[in-house]
Amino acid sequence: MASPTTLELDRIAAPTAARLSHLKLLEAESIHIFREVASEFQKPVMLYSIGKDSSVMLRLAQKAFYPGKIPFPLLHVDTGYKFREMIQFRDTIAKDLGLDLRVWRNEPAIAAGANPVELGTQRCCGLLKTQALLDGLREHGFDAAFGGARRDEEKSRAKERIFSFRDKAGQWDPKNQRPEIWNLYNARISPGESIRVFPLSNWTELDIWHYILLEDIPISDLYFAKEREMIVRGDSLIPTEQSFVKSLPGEAQMVKSRLRSLGCSPCTGAIRSDADTIPKIIAELVTFRSSERANRVIDHDTDGSMEIKKREGYF
Amino acid sequence: MSLLGLDTVEEKDFAIEEFLASEETKDLLRFSTAGSVDDGKSTLIGRLLYDSRNVYEDQVRAVTGTVAGAKKPTIDFALLTDGLRAEREQGITIDVAYRYFSTQRRKFIIADTPGHEQYTRNMATGASTADLAIILIDARKGILTQSRRHAYIASLLGIRHLVAAINKMDLVDFSEEVYRQIEKDFSALVKQFGNASLVTIPVSALDGDNVVEPSTRTPWYTGPTLLQHLEEVPVWIDETTKPFRLPVQRVIRPDMNYRGFAGQISAGTVRRGDTILALPSGRTSRIASITTFDGDLESASAPLSIAVTLEDELDISRGDIITTPLHRPQHATALEASLVWFDGQRLETHKPYLLKHGAQTVSARVTRVLHRTNIHTIVDEAVNSLGMNDIGAAELELVRPLYFDPYAENRASGSFILIDPHTNATLAAGMIRRGLSGADAAPIHRPALIFLSQDAFVNEVEHALLAEGVAVVRTRVQSEKTWASLLHLGLVVLVEGIATERAKKSLGTGEFVVVDATSEKQIPFGNDNQKDDKQEGDSPSGILDELRARGVLTARAGGKA
Repeated sequence: MASPTTLELDRIAAPTAARLSHLKLLEAESIHIFREVASEFQKPVMLYSIGKDSSVMLRLAQKAFYPGKIPFPLLHVDTGYKFREMIQFRDTIAKDLGLDLRVWRNEPAIAAGANPVELGTQRCCGLLKTQALLDGLREHGFDAAFGGARRDEEKSRAKERIFSFRDKAGQWDPKNQRPEIWNLYNARISPGESIRVFPLSNWTELDIWHYILLEDIPISDLYFAKEREMIVRGDSLIPTEQSFVKSLPGEAQMVKSRLRSLGCSPCTGAIRSDADTIPKIIAELVTFRSSERANRVIDHDTDGSMEIKKREGYF
Repeated sequence: MSLLGLDTVEEKDFAIEEFLASEETKDLLRFSTAGSVDDGKSTLIGRLLYDSRNVYEDQVRAVTGTVAGAKKPTIDFALLTDGLRAEREQGITIDVAYRYFSTQRRKFIIADTPGHEQYTRNMATGASTADLAIILIDARKGILTQSRRHAYIASLLGIRHLVAAINKMDLVDFSEEVYRQIEKDFSALVKQFGNASLVTIPVSALDGDNVVEPSTRTPWYTGPTLLQHLEEVPVWIDETTKPFRLPVQRVIRPDMNYRGFAGQISAGTVRRGDTILALPSGRTSRIASITTFDGDLESASAPLSIAVTLEDELDISRGDIITTPLHRPQHATALEASLVWFDGQRLETHKPYLLKHGAQTVSARVTRVLHRTNIHTIVDEAVNSLGMNDIGAAELELVRPLYFDPYAENRASGSFILIDPHTNATLAAGMIRRGLSGADAAPIHRPALIFLSQDAFVNEVEHALLAEGVAVVRTRVQSEKTWASLLHLGLVVLVEGIATERAKKSLGTGEFVVVDATSEKQIPFGNDNQKDDKQEGDSPSGILDELRARGVLTARAGGKA
């Protein structure tokens, strides 16, 4: 970056009491949302996915109820295909922070050996993520579920409400969303209906990383570059964690790499990277050439596939 | 190509420390845009994102060359922003979409709203949180009724800064004369609607003139480009000097030693040691501490989310307001307000609605519709009701006094939404103009739960109660939780169904009255188990007499009979 001229430095005024930084403003908005949901719903839950967005969401929830404890449990929907390091990280965080963490798995589907190679990613996600999520929410009777989705992630999410109404089957109707004006959220639901709540709606990927840096929020090691065994296929780096992902001779190599977003190991590609610190990750991000979900297989199956998933109940 | 316009420098030259330092000083500007398919609104936003290097290559690839018949692949800027399948199929933007981008100076949140008349409500939604609104005007067409409507809605929702982007200047040969005429006309129009500041900019969204880079084709224009203006317009300067308002969202009480009142400051600044007034209790105390996870603060300003502890033990709960005793909010049980009607279900006067204001929800009725504003002519017309996408003004009556500021003075404490207690639909958005009565007017009824079995009879009782001016709601939902929440809002709840013994016991104690008119002998059931031999429960007047006897209806309600 070229050094700013004097003129430019004048324009970049320091924040004053009257001029809060954008991160402080986003934080204040998210805390308001957490407090509103915890006060208006009978049985809220936070969907905890172990990723960086969940980590930020967790910190914001701590802030919202400080010095009290987070007044709701966390739910992790485990597909059985999460990276081992993810599960270890999850359990450490839950222990360190004294969280009420519940885990839900679609055990019948996992026992039947559901996997993306045989079923295709859409059906596999449908069983292990969407179905498991809906079952988990219903079984526990949760009436509001916090999710870490951001509107900048994907185009169909740009129109998602902060309080997203779901019918009795847990489904989303993009044509029939409740109007959401000012910060006055309509939290009223009938029995059996629920609300998904997205406190990070207005955060961008860069905001998330910057906040993690400033707040010193712990995140999984998978985000940091190191030598990892990968199946190298064209431009793709596929983690070798699952035995059913077969490599051809010479494909498995040690590559300095990291994950940009955490998902299931068979469907989450890694990227070649030297970024082993958060500032380096941010530097990589702002000079990057593709959006964050580009290395997720599921979003690209069909045009608008995220919207279809969301209608069915996926986050 | 990168996110920050660093394509001219090598990645290794990127100075992360410098970048992060400048990131920390960025503030936030929220702006809304309104326009229709042919205004080129989506194209303008796409251009703004693309030229300010806020689009990734995979996103550009996804929208390149999708226009049929084009000789070489072209970027369709509009497709960068049009999200949902239904919209891509219909080629229109049908809902508010939020976009994010940043420059070295600021982060921006765009509320991108559809411009058609049938999406007035979406436009109002997008405008509600915006500091600035961009109104697109087609240079060839001049000020259409739709530009007028956009300016009106932006002013109504309290947006201080308006930008008129005179688009498609390339199609009028960058004519200064055309531009000046529109500038003059639009400025006169904006003055009619209020005191928002107006900046007019000649642009071509398609070619990029004056969007990010100054155009060489408008030498007669010396003002800022659109992006320059967005970066420089001042925001959030007034909010911190307004009278202090903290709507209490929640009481945080982890143990006996700490009792914090948590909320997001909606206006003003609070300091440790300040004397505060709690409403509605009217008691005063002093701020003992301002608590946050990051440590106690000496002072805090809007819009921070904080918790405060007080020197004295005051009884404060969710929905109360902590404020300064020097500049109290107004209070009233009747209000005059502007309304933007959202729902397909038309406004019905005297039907009980739920009014959510800050962190509290109260039962309210619209007593009179004052007018509807014709959004083509901006002339007020006398009507009896409002329908979807109508903007108008009405008088409302509440079962409890509301503490508020007029919307023009404070967006947060001057706004409310109306919710249908039966369908839970968000019916309307309201902007308080003024209070119509003091707080003395006592509520005309107490909350009660009445079980009735026959449909026809339920109608009769409902109408009889409405005629008495009672806030009544009927439901078939057999859920104690739902009943309890309606009762807590001060409503009389008619349940079409069988009374459960559990509900009678759990809800029929304390402040609520439970009446069971479904049992064979039609004997009303009471929280005090008072048996009544009158057996008049089978006629609406019998039920009303019973309610009077039980203190559900007060003298004032009876007066009309």
